[in-house]
Amino acid sequence: MTTHLNETTSFDADDRGWYGGSEEGFGGRFMPEALMKALLELDQAWTAAKADPSFVRDFDTILREYANLPSPLYFAERLSDKLGIRILLKREDLNHTGAHKIRNVLGQALLTKRMGKTRVIAETGAGQHGVASATAAAYFGLDCTVYMGKVDTDRQALNVARMKLLGAEVIPVDSGSATLKDAINEALRDWVASVDHTAYLFGTAAGPHPFPTLVRDLARGIGDEAREQVLAMDGRLPHAIAAAVGGGSNAIGLYTAFLDDPDVRIYGFEAGGDGYETGRHAATIQQGDEGVLHGARTYVLQDEDGQTIESHSISAGLDYPGVGPQHAWLAKSGRATYTSVTDTEAMDAFALLARTEGIIPAIESAHALAGAIKIAPQLREEFGPEATLLVNLSGRGDKDMGTAMEWFKL
Amino acid sequence: MVQAVTTAVAFEKAAAENRAALVGYLPAGFPTVAGGIDAIKAMVDNGCDVIEVGLPYSDPVMDGPTIQAAALQALQNGVRTKDVLATVEATATLGVPTVIMTYWNPVERYGVEAFARDLAAAGGSGLITPDITPDYGQEWIAAADAHDLDKIFLVAPSSTDERIGLTVSNCRGFVYATAVMGVTGARNQTSDLAPPLVARTKAATSLPVGVGLGVSNGAQAHQIAQYADGVIVGSAFVRAILDANGDHKAAIAALATLTKDLAEGVRR
Repeated sequence: MTTHLNETTSFDADDRGWYGGSEEGFGGRFMPEALMKALLELDQAWTAAKADPSFVRDFDTILREYANLPSPLYFAERLSDKLGIRILLKREDLNHTGAHKIRNVLGQALLTKRMGKTRVIAETGAGQHGVASATAAAYFGLDCTVYMGKVDTDRQALNVARMKLLGAEVIPVDSGSATLKDAINEALRDWVASVDHTAYLFGTAAGPHPFPTLVRDLARGIGDEAREQVLAMDGRLPHAIAAAVGGGSNAIGLYTAFLDDPDVRIYGFEAGGDGYETGRHAATIQQGDEGVLHGARTYVLQDEDGQTIESHSISAGLDYPGVGPQHAWLAKSGRATYTSVTDTEAMDAFALLARTEGIIPAIESAHALAGAIKIAPQLREEFGPEATLLVNLSGRGDKDMGTAMEWFKL
Repeated sequence: MVQAVTTAVAFEKAAAENRAALVGYLPAGFPTVAGGIDAIKAMVDNGCDVIEVGLPYSDPVMDGPTIQAAALQALQNGVRTKDVLATVEATATLGVPTVIMTYWNPVERYGVEAFARDLAAAGGSGLITPDITPDYGQEWIAAADAHDLDKIFLVAPSSTDERIGLTVSNCRGFVYATAVMGVTGARNQTSDLAPPLVARTKAATSLPVGVGLGVSNGAQAHQIAQYADGVIVGSAFVRAILDANGDHKAAIAALATLTKDLAEGVRR
């Protein structure tokens, strides 16, 4: 099984990074001039690397031999019985470091080596991307600095310890809301000052071109594998696929292989937090407006002056007031349907999966499961009990046990 | 409606006096809207030739901790985009060319054409745009041209000659050269990256070139004035106000002293 790094879809960006065109589409490159050279170099380097069979071979070898990929596709029978439709789980929680993130960072770190840079920086929310980046840096012998919002370092202390053990320097960021968006700001500031020898391992399919494309390409193995696996298992494609959407890397990684299959419905579930009415949520596509954040035009939670509104989610990994531009375009074009689930719905799904399947998911992934619970009746009505929904279980829940203990009073 | 003075006029006047222009930055609404206008007046009275009014923004990726702290304070005090335009109007009334330095999203949110229209009506001269380059700024370029506004894009030490060419061909007023690879903030030494950047920029345009990021005293201003047409100072002004700890009179006095030092530096 090889990753289809160089395959195209009808939803790709143009060569200036626009999804859906510059007029009504999303993406682009809204960045300081100081970083333009680096972004252009990265774009060229990535275009060359993904077309180079030796790079693709190396990437596949590392994924297979080091990261435990491909991840299995699992028929969740007891959960399926509960929901009345067939639920297939793409088990990214079984990857090395416990999440889909390892695909992206190993690819970006391999590219960093190819470009001759010696240091990587990363931002992280839940810590999954930070841990994955620290892991990739250790694997490739690169220096690593991880920026993490102070709020997140407190609620994800275990991952902070893991990053430090792996040799990374973790810098808590206490500006702004002290969460993921501020960690991205701080990482960008570092990058402006260190761009000659440092690569920014961007953690999600957002940011300026070429990051959304680069991260999508590296994460698309999720969907490429799942497509082959479901065809082998069922002899046909699923009726629908679903994933949680914060920045959107696990979701676009799953979706990409199915974008040009019009019969496959695509669902994304954002973090509804305490509910829209409270203003405490991270439902960017549902509740945001078009704007520019972190280098791309996309949907942004913002006030009437264009100031970013702080997001909220029980899941640090979804607690982001922007979203990758591909999702913005998929939403606007109608190819994918995005709704949200609340913290409570996500935690109910978290417990349900634990008790029906013996799998403790990341709270991010629990949002996708909660969404699956919501849409299952409709799918059953339309397609009967054989309706098949493929859900990306993007990560495992070890890191979230502190939150779970508090939530469930364990 | 206040009649705008273009920044080119200030640079020409300084050049006629055989010196560099002094460009001073302060975020609007800092420490308050009225207090900020007072502060800018002190900067103009003591020798600033051009004023940059900062539009406080929640996610200022190019700003260091000093300016970010000021912008955050202004936002927490409730400053709005309309207050920024009011600050521009008050500054322009003093007869000094006034530009807004802003990240892009607040402009897009206001409406690019509407922003250009209202900025021009307030007597503003144009925009400095740290996170939008000409290749992604066509909508702004069109609106600025329609309202005779200056388009001040940035060049950086990392800019290739090709990108410098692209940037200066889309600039009007002056070109903003970032002297260091890094965020805003006063530094002990001026950058050795600045002179070659200014030389490369001047080779590509006859527009004046201002150098910013890191200047905090008259000696540094003097040094930069040897090779640049303008010396841009931001964090040091903000620091003067922050250090006054809410004593408005002391802040104004400190700003006056600092501005005189810098103004003397560009004339030395």
